[in-house]
Amino acid sequence: MHDDHVHPSPSGEHVEADGQWAFGTGFEDPLYGADTTVPDGIDGAELASCCVLLADDALIAAQRLAQWCTNAPELEEELALANIGLDLLGQARHLYARAGRADGTGRGEDAYAYFRDPAEFRNVRLVELPNGDYAFSVVRLLVFATWRLELFTRLTDTPDPVLAAIASKSIKELDYHRSYAAQWVVRLGDGTAESRLRAQRALDEVAPHLGELFTPHEHLRVDVASVRAETTAIVSRVLDTAGLVLPITESATGGGRDGLHTEHLPALLAELQSVARADPQATW
Amino acid sequence: MTDATPRTSAQWPLYEVFVRGKRGLNHVHVGSLHAADERMALTHARDLYTRRNEGVSIWVVRSDLITASTPDERDPFFAPSGDKVYRHPTFYDIPADVPHI
Repeated sequence: MHDDHVHPSPSGEHVEADGQWAFGTGFEDPLYGADTTVPDGIDGAELASCCVLLADDALIAAQRLAQWCTNAPELEEELALANIGLDLLGQARHLYARAGRADGTGRGEDAYAYFRDPAEFRNVRLVELPNGDYAFSVVRLLVFATWRLELFTRLTDTPDPVLAAIASKSIKELDYHRSYAAQWVVRLGDGTAESRLRAQRALDEVAPHLGELFTPHEHLRVDVASVRAETTAIVSRVLDTAGLVLPITESATGGGRDGLHTEHLPALLAELQSVARADPQATW
Repeated sequence: MTDATPRTSAQWPLYEVFVRGKRGLNHVHVGSLHAADERMALTHARDLYTRRNEGVSIWVVRSDLITASTPDERDPFFAPSGDKVYRHPTFYDIPADVPHI
């Protein structure tokens, strides 16, 4: 079915407050309607690499969130987590589509998501860690959403207009993810002895993986020092309210951006990719 | 599940959710959900009932704060108005050149 352009909003209105985002409604082509020529002066390969690492972060985080389906403590939370996961999946789709055009291969989103091996993925290790308990998942989400929001805020004036548009669209989503996670972290930290214990334990487990988030990358042109300062300040403010402490720990080994992952990623990808690889001709 | 760790949903109160579709319309009851407090109820309502661009404003109210008429009261409440057709504004002749009626 090619019905890309017949999905207006239910109200029949399509008002673009920021005037930049009027696409992304396509089922087949995430960038339907956008001018995807790479402007002069931009290195396509470098742009593609930047898009892939941002997309990989989102795809793997989305898969972990999806794994809460049928397992979340409450029906309402289950849907909230799935919603957040789907937001991130949408970001991944746009970024993969952008990467495929930027590097000239014309690869689609499926090629990136389903037909690359673990060593070709460029996500940070934080997102591939198992879900653990609910406290771990919301603490990780708080850190991830806060950090990603800072990254994307800075990418809104990146030279590539498509990446800039994807960033400004994603900001509103990430803002909600952050506030959702912050609410839960405060609830758990400021809750019972047990919830406090688990939230602090989750923080202790997340803390060593923060270093990798703030490691400069040659293709991700953002001011890492300011991203670190802002992210740390915002997370600390939430933790203060929650009565939790961000431990000062030694950084765990990074390397996700170079394809060096934990043992958890292959298992995650095996599940994610199994259907597409069993029948590469399948369509959906 | 043992008795020592009861399901939390047994403790979370029920909230009724009202969503306003767009400016100028009324809030309309859309359903109910469980939440620990008002703030969480709003968050849940956003996730459950406005996923497809349905709303511009949400109200939540604890279900046990709503006073409702009961089926027992149906006759004294509603039956008396059934035979009073003169309460409907249908006995006026409307001139042909009056618009918007």
